[in-house]
Amino acid sequence: MIGTVISIDRVEKRFGTFTALHGVSVDIADNEFFTLLGPSGCGKTTLLRCIAGFEPVSGGQIRLNGEDIAPLPPYRRPVNTVFQHYALFPHMTVLENAMFGLQRLGWGVVDAEGRARQALELVHLSAFLKRRPGQLSGGQQQRVALARALAPEPRVLLLDEPLSALDLKLRQAVRMELKQIQRETGIAFVFVTHDQEEALTMSDRIAVMSDGRVQQVGTPREIYESPANRFVADFIGETNLIEVPVLNISNGLAEVSLPGGRAIQCPTRLVDATQGVLSVRPERIDLCAPSEADLIATAGAQVYLGTDIQLKAHLAGGEQMTVRLQNAAATVLPQSGARLGLRLEAGAARLLAA
Amino acid sequence: MAAMAPGGASGSDIYKGNAVKLLLPTWLVIGVFLLIPVMLMAVYSFLTKEFRGGVIWEFTLTAYDQFFLNRGLFGDDPASIEWTYIGIFWRSIWQAGLATILCLLIGFPTAWFIATRDARMRTVWLLIVTVPYWVNLLIRTVSMKFLIRDEGPLNAALMWSGIIDAPLGIINTNLAVQLGLFYSYLPFMVLPVYAAVERYDFSLSEAAADLYASRWTILRLVILPVVKPGIIAGCILVFVPSLGAFLAPDLLGGAKSFMIGSLIEEQFKGAAGNWPFGAASAMILMAIVMIVLLAYARSQTRETRT
Repeated sequence: MIGTVISIDRVEKRFGTFTALHGVSVDIADNEFFTLLGPSGCGKTTLLRCIAGFEPVSGGQIRLNGEDIAPLPPYRRPVNTVFQHYALFPHMTVLENAMFGLQRLGWGVVDAEGRARQALELVHLSAFLKRRPGQLSGGQQQRVALARALAPEPRVLLLDEPLSALDLKLRQAVRMELKQIQRETGIAFVFVTHDQEEALTMSDRIAVMSDGRVQQVGTPREIYESPANRFVADFIGETNLIEVPVLNISNGLAEVSLPGGRAIQCPTRLVDATQGVLSVRPERIDLCAPSEADLIATAGAQVYLGTDIQLKAHLAGGEQMTVRLQNAAATVLPQSGARLGLRLEAGAARLLAA
Repeated sequence: MAAMAPGGASGSDIYKGNAVKLLLPTWLVIGVFLLIPVMLMAVYSFLTKEFRGGVIWEFTLTAYDQFFLNRGLFGDDPASIEWTYIGIFWRSIWQAGLATILCLLIGFPTAWFIATRDARMRTVWLLIVTVPYWVNLLIRTVSMKFLIRDEGPLNAALMWSGIIDAPLGIINTNLAVQLGLFYSYLPFMVLPVYAAVERYDFSLSEAAADLYASRWTILRLVILPVVKPGIIAGCILVFVPSLGAFLAPDLLGGAKSFMIGSLIEEQFKGAAGNWPFGAASAMILMAIVMIVLLAYARSQTRETRT
């Protein structure tokens, strides 16, 4: 890839008999907001710690601008980290915290202080230079951690779930700010999170991980709309997964038979299969008259979500589907137990490996 | 240190209890068994000595005069500075300081080791460190005398193995006293340092390494400052009792390793005692300790204010 800053090449990590990373390979571009997304225990934090140098790799290479940094100790890698619980030095002031990395790199006090002040200005903390971390709120501490890691201008900034300790409102505000700071500084951010909303709203590209493997790498849109497999479809957002027999596949288009007998065409990455799983997002299903429906179902429980209303629908074969209806004035909600026609919007369904 | 605890003052005081009631027993104990005897001691130091021990209620500065000034055998020579007792004090401070440094050098890695084990092993190691201290200090000091004396097992083993061909002659030296002090007070260093290291957040070390600090720099700039309260507590807990120790110098030391503790002890023991002089020595010792502690407290408040 052109402009690759970090190339993770078949990285293995074993803890005793447990394998945390199975030959993970990912290329991260310069100036990119790259997210490692996955459930806890998927290896995303381990991978981040391998890049930072806190965990020695068991195999593979981590190349920074072509040079393998895997054998280097953390203090020789031009990479900085924002820790989940910030790890600010409690005995130093905010300014001293931000100067720490620069001084270790051999900067003079005056230059280091100037740069640290700039970094703190970037995160709007100029008024708190003389405070100690214990005197700051969680959000302010998080900014200090960010300024401290940005001050030495690393080639890559690693962020280990930095927003998880903040409350919801603050988290949403900081998201936008982080993204903006990434744009301004032009430093590649590698962001670890288990929060898919965070990943979708901030990232240029996302690597979805599970069980120590990368399941899919792509833009938020690609990940959400064209999931590579069942895990990705299920983990990102909500989806309906329906087991279906495959009638025919050609040129990335599959013909499948829906429960109830109706055949539809949908995109797929599969080349050849007789059985598959159809993934349909709940918001891409509409209600319609049974006569023109793709699926016939019985209306079940409703959950009121504010902007949306979630409706459970039971197919004749016992499968349960979820439909999301907009909470608009025109929306007519079916009575529980009523017969429903469900229509899949064009391109809504996607065939995945069973 | 005050700046380190965030948000302690928030919330209701209902469950913090009543300060006066909580402290009442402590105040009673300190008042009856500490303040009154210390004040008594202060008064005694200004009284006249009774030859068979005890005091005569006649106020005089003789005890302090005797401590600092030499007026000859019959008290009629011109006064010159008396170096004997100042020398004993100086040796005591030096010995106690050295014991403190030794305890720190050995206690810190020990405490670090224990604090980085898993929770179950920590308890086991702490027990191992403290078990010897269930034996009376006198017995332990006597055993040490037995161990290091010229005819003892240490010299015997070294001579048998051919490393030395004459006994080391450690007993009755400053070195023997030093060994005794160091050994007596080591746990007082290990325990507070352990408590501080156990609370240490190791992600701070990772953060420092991430910010280009080598291992040595991390120790110097992050670990030591963060665990400093534990180190200071340990140093005080070792230094203060070492300064006043009398068992180790009495049993392990010779005439040239006499320390303050022994000097004071002798003044109150038997018929040869001089109570006012012993009391004055104790007052001077206390003054030194207080000055050291106050100077430290001052430096701390200045540090947190800036």
